[in-house]
Amino acid sequence: MNPVNYLYLAGLLFTIGATGVLIRRNAIVVFMCVELMLNACNLAFVTFSRLHGNLDGQVIAFFTMVVAAAEVVVGLAIIVSLFRARHSASVDDASLMKL
Amino acid sequence: MEKLIALLIAAPLLGAAVLLLGGRRLDRVGHWIGTLLSTASFVFGLVLFTDLLGRNAEHRTLIQHLWTWIPVEGFQADVTFRLDQLSMTFVLLITGVGSLIHLYSVGYMEHDERRRRFFGYLNLFLAAMLLLVLADNYLLLYVGWEGVGLASYLLIGFWQHKPSAATAAKKAFLVNRVGDMGLSIAIMLMFTTFGSFAFGPVFGHVDGASQGKLTAIGLMLLLAACGKSAQVPLQSWLGDAMEGPTPVSALIHAATMVTAGVYLIVRSAAVFDAAPDAQLAVTVVGAVTLLFGAIVGCAKDDIKKALAGSTMSQIGYMVLAAGLGPIGYVFAIMHLVTHGFFKAGLFLGAGSVMHGMNDEVDMRRYGGLRKYMPVTFVTFGLGYLAIIGFPGLSGFFSKDKIIEAAFAKGGTEGWILGGAALVGAAITAFYMTRVMLMTFFGEERWKNQATRSPEAPSAEPAAEHRGETAEPHPHESPKVMTIPMIVLAVGSVFGGGFFSIGDRFLYWLEPVTGHSEGHSPVSAGEVTAATMVCLVIGVAVAWAQYGRKPVPAVAPRGSLLTRAARRDLLQDDFNHVVLVRGGEHLTRSLVYLDHTLVDGVVNGTAAGFGGLSGRLRRLQNGFARSYAVSMFGGAALLVAATLLMRAV
Repeated sequence: MNPVNYLYLAGLLFTIGATGVLIRRNAIVVFMCVELMLNACNLAFVTFSRLHGNLDGQVIAFFTMVVAAAEVVVGLAIIVSLFRARHSASVDDASLMKL
Repeated sequence: MEKLIALLIAAPLLGAAVLLLGGRRLDRVGHWIGTLLSTASFVFGLVLFTDLLGRNAEHRTLIQHLWTWIPVEGFQADVTFRLDQLSMTFVLLITGVGSLIHLYSVGYMEHDERRRRFFGYLNLFLAAMLLLVLADNYLLLYVGWEGVGLASYLLIGFWQHKPSAATAAKKAFLVNRVGDMGLSIAIMLMFTTFGSFAFGPVFGHVDGASQGKLTAIGLMLLLAACGKSAQVPLQSWLGDAMEGPTPVSALIHAATMVTAGVYLIVRSAAVFDAAPDAQLAVTVVGAVTLLFGAIVGCAKDDIKKALAGSTMSQIGYMVLAAGLGPIGYVFAIMHLVTHGFFKAGLFLGAGSVMHGMNDEVDMRRYGGLRKYMPVTFVTFGLGYLAIIGFPGLSGFFSKDKIIEAAFAKGGTEGWILGGAALVGAAITAFYMTRVMLMTFFGEERWKNQATRSPEAPSAEPAAEHRGETAEPHPHESPKVMTIPMIVLAVGSVFGGGFFSIGDRFLYWLEPVTGHSEGHSPVSAGEVTAATMVCLVIGVAVAWAQYGRKPVPAVAPRGSLLTRAARRDLLQDDFNHVVLVRGGEHLTRSLVYLDHTLVDGVVNGTAAGFGGLSGRLRRLQNGFARSYAVSMFGGAALLVAATLLMRAV
């Protein structure tokens, strides 16, 4: 199977993730879409690693997973405390940081 | 001997310091201190003069170096005095005539409670003028020059409670500032051209400088001279300066101040000789002023203002002569000295008349005073004969020489300048005869005039202080006033003859200024004859107008020229329209420009940025998703740019 197809898949996943981030209001869904984009990147890294025949891409993919795991911890904590404060998980409700 | 030079200045300067700082406890003796120190300066002058006379003509320059004022690499300013024949002449004139005026002021200012201060200012005036003529470089000369300006301001505005006097003082100071600016520019030009402003280096290197620079220096010096010597176009302060006490007018017109300009031109002879264009400008200024002053003098009914016009005209003669170059320098100074005698005498005489007439200055309210003030009449009369150039008296010798020198300039210029000088002589004879006839002859117009007519010029304020009645009782002035007048009258009679016979003055001054005869198209005898004819015409016309028929007590309307001359030939109107109005328009348009253009640019920039930031602020809406869009857009742009760069 042509590895380039994995790249198309990565692109598709990234686009779905990015669109989700931009158009969804629910913080949890936005968060999941961010994860989707990260994993799309991971897939691209691994594919390139395979294409070029060195392991750098696979190493980076592991890094990404670790960082994403840490990010999930912090991100979910923020979302939970936001929900507690405002009784809503909508990202548009948290719009006080403006002039 | 050199050590004495500083004392010449120190004596009056000490007087000024003591009198002005001493306070009221000196009120009773202050005037005598002032007179004594001024006379002391005169005595020092005489000692130095005899010393100079005992030397050879080549060794008559004394230099006294006191200290180095500004010792900077490449910029050396010294406090050094130079006493040569030219400065010696001025020193004797300034201290001699100045001391006589001091003596006269003792009587004239007797009832003024600020007499001590007045004498302090007089001494300051003398000290500044002496510094001016003794300086060995232009920078030190400038110090004296400014000192003279300051002292004249203080003295013209001495009766400062009168608004007119305060204004006149301000006017004199401001007009003089214009001239001072010329002098300071000239000094700067000298420094950039010659690397020095001391007399020696400047005059020694004139040959190496370009014609344009020399002409610029000459014209700037001329501007300076115009300011101090009241020459057209900076003449307007002189008439108003009559607001000062009469001795001040005498001092300004005879010994100090107005002579400074002539001194400056003659002292800078080397520069002017090398710049013919500047010289021509000097002669033109002199010729125009001598006619201008004379015409103004004809129309004035105020005795002091008539004399002021006359001074302007006579200084015009001197400037004309100084502009003629080596043909005229000596005669300019000679006329300056003789003029110092008779003009001081005339002013002191006028002061004496005012003293006896309740400070009335309108000649139409004089008349027939010769019976009441015989000494004043005789001394004033001798001064009058001297100024019109009556044969044998001072003015005859000095003015005649100037007219000869003007013709000797040669060519068309010579004819024009000589002609102007001759016409000036005729007008001089006319207006001085007019003053003489209106004051001392004719009917006694001051009688039965208990009430002043409203249009009469306001009298000096001392009259109210003395509480005298409106009807004057003319009387001779005290001895302390008449003695200086007598001395000056003697000088006016014999001075010119003493200087001219055997060409004494010429030989005395020639080593400093140089002298050449020129090529006169007319002989000396013919010039003298023409001058005499002009003199007779002037006197005859004045007699026909003011001697034969009675003088009306209220001035008739007069011709257009008379009315213009009464307004000083519209000099103030000209200044008002051109300078004051012009200045107002200029400042107004500048303010307008400032408001619209400068403020417009500044405010516009600020408003533009304000509006821009207002719009940019909208982007900061607080919605995390819109920030995500911008990030996404930015990242997309970066990727697109990278791809584009790759493709290229």
